[in-house]
Amino acid sequence: MSNRSKVLYIVLLLGALAAPFIGYPIFLMKVLCFALFACAFNLLIGFTGLLSFGHAMFFGGAAYLCAYAAKTWGFTPELAVLFGTVGAAILGYFVGWLAVRRQGIYFAMVSLALSQMIYFICVQAPFTGAEDGLQNVPRGKLFGLFSLADDTTMYYFVLAVFIFGFWLIYRTIHSPFGQVLKSIRENEPRALSLGYDVDKYKLVAFVISAGLAGMAGALKSLSLGLATLTDVSWQMSGEVVLMTLLGGMGTILGPVLGATSIIAMQNYLSSFGSWVTIIMGATFVVCVLAFRRGIVGEIAHRLKK
Amino acid sequence: MATDYILETRELTKQFRGFTAVDKVSINVRRSSIHALIGPNGAGKTTFFNLLTKFLPPTSGSIVYNGHDITREKPAQTARRGVIRSFQISAVFPHLTVMENVRVALQRKLGTSFHFWKPESTLNHLNERAMELLTEVDLESFADTQTVELPYGRKRALEIATTLAVDPELMLLDEPTQGMGHEDVGRVVDLIRKVAKNRTVLMVEHNMSVIANLSDQITVLARGTVLAEGPYDVVSKNPLVLEAYVGSAEAEVT
Repeated sequence: MSNRSKVLYIVLLLGALAAPFIGYPIFLMKVLCFALFACAFNLLIGFTGLLSFGHAMFFGGAAYLCAYAAKTWGFTPELAVLFGTVGAAILGYFVGWLAVRRQGIYFAMVSLALSQMIYFICVQAPFTGAEDGLQNVPRGKLFGLFSLADDTTMYYFVLAVFIFGFWLIYRTIHSPFGQVLKSIRENEPRALSLGYDVDKYKLVAFVISAGLAGMAGALKSLSLGLATLTDVSWQMSGEVVLMTLLGGMGTILGPVLGATSIIAMQNYLSSFGSWVTIIMGATFVVCVLAFRRGIVGEIAHRLKK
Repeated sequence: MATDYILETRELTKQFRGFTAVDKVSINVRRSSIHALIGPNGAGKTTFFNLLTKFLPPTSGSIVYNGHDITREKPAQTARRGVIRSFQISAVFPHLTVMENVRVALQRKLGTSFHFWKPESTLNHLNERAMELLTEVDLESFADTQTVELPYGRKRALEIATTLAVDPELMLLDEPTQGMGHEDVGRVVDLIRKVAKNRTVLMVEHNMSVIANLSDQITVLARGTVLAEGPYDVVSKNPLVLEAYVGSAEAEVT
């Protein structure tokens, strides 16, 4: 890591630690959850070259699992999040196993179709609360000791989990495994001809991505206290694509910035009602036309010159 | 002597919905030789390559490599046996550095390629070997360049360095000099001769001077079947071959 990026990460960390004194903790938690979701998604599209159009199934699926475990079984928050994460990773294994056999748009369609099946299950299954979702999910006590009922305390828990997830993605990208992923993204037949079983590498990346997307969803259901059908809907899968592209796919911080911008727009422009969608759409169009690499991608490109 | 051959195909056939692209091709590639595969466009050369490297499953026939039947293997499996191919369009990883291109090939044998929890610095000890390979193809001064910025001829040289990194026993080169200027062609020819010293090369090529220069044995394919076989002097005088090339590469053959 260069010195410049070290300084940047330290500044960001200090900013994140100070944030709840300046901003509204619920909003900040939401930002962190979606940022982690987008980072997990970016591991696939930005570093492996796989466009999944069904990531909501991991995010929302884990949100339900975590909410159910915390509410019905009284799991402590760390176990509930772990439960959601592992559940999403297992789901990711089966979905990935089917989807990586296809390339490009077919891969996207397989993931979308399977995601819609999960959505249908969530609508029908008795334990998801159908249209109401699972509400008033208790945050519980961390390790059974520290109550997370206070928003600021909860924020630091979310931040800690986010940092772990972000670090894991960073590590994965900059690992021997990450090198192979990038070579698959760059030229799949060539990676194959060098003796790499590309499907196996894609599957491992898919499982990591699904697990971390699930971790984000689980955190979201604890911090906001609810898991709903919105979390598993295809619009959610679309939103994460939007966040990643806006911030800059294939960059490490891009998804964080993209998620922050989108959540901020949804939050602060909510007084405009359904106009928010139009404003977001317009922003996206401008972004794609003016800076294709996304915000962070464009900055990095300018700095390199 | 049967063991003299590194690769044998027996009546290898590939049909696409009734169209026979490769029709009962049986060839024997002698160990440590440079074997060229030539033929007019559409003769089935690239399809044949794709069959050998398992990118396509054959309709019938078999492929034997070093005494093993590899007909039903998967591409990565065959690659790990030491059969490494290049592609018609230069096969590099454009947004990795030149050094990383070679290193990604070197790292496979470490057996840590699934280790997502290890830092990239665990690969640094491969840099020295990567640099040696880059020096072999005159690319050492470009080590930290993004590959996408290299000129075409250099990309092909990098591709050869990457192929060498996995230390193949049999190199399959698909038109290694295609689209190159004169000087580049000369450089690649020298390079192929150099790397072929202790391995076997099977290549598809159109440039007749390159073939005359390099190959020990030539197989001529036309419409998916073997038209002629032998050393350059014999093949280039074969009337059937001349006829197949009329209007395309006649001037080059003579």
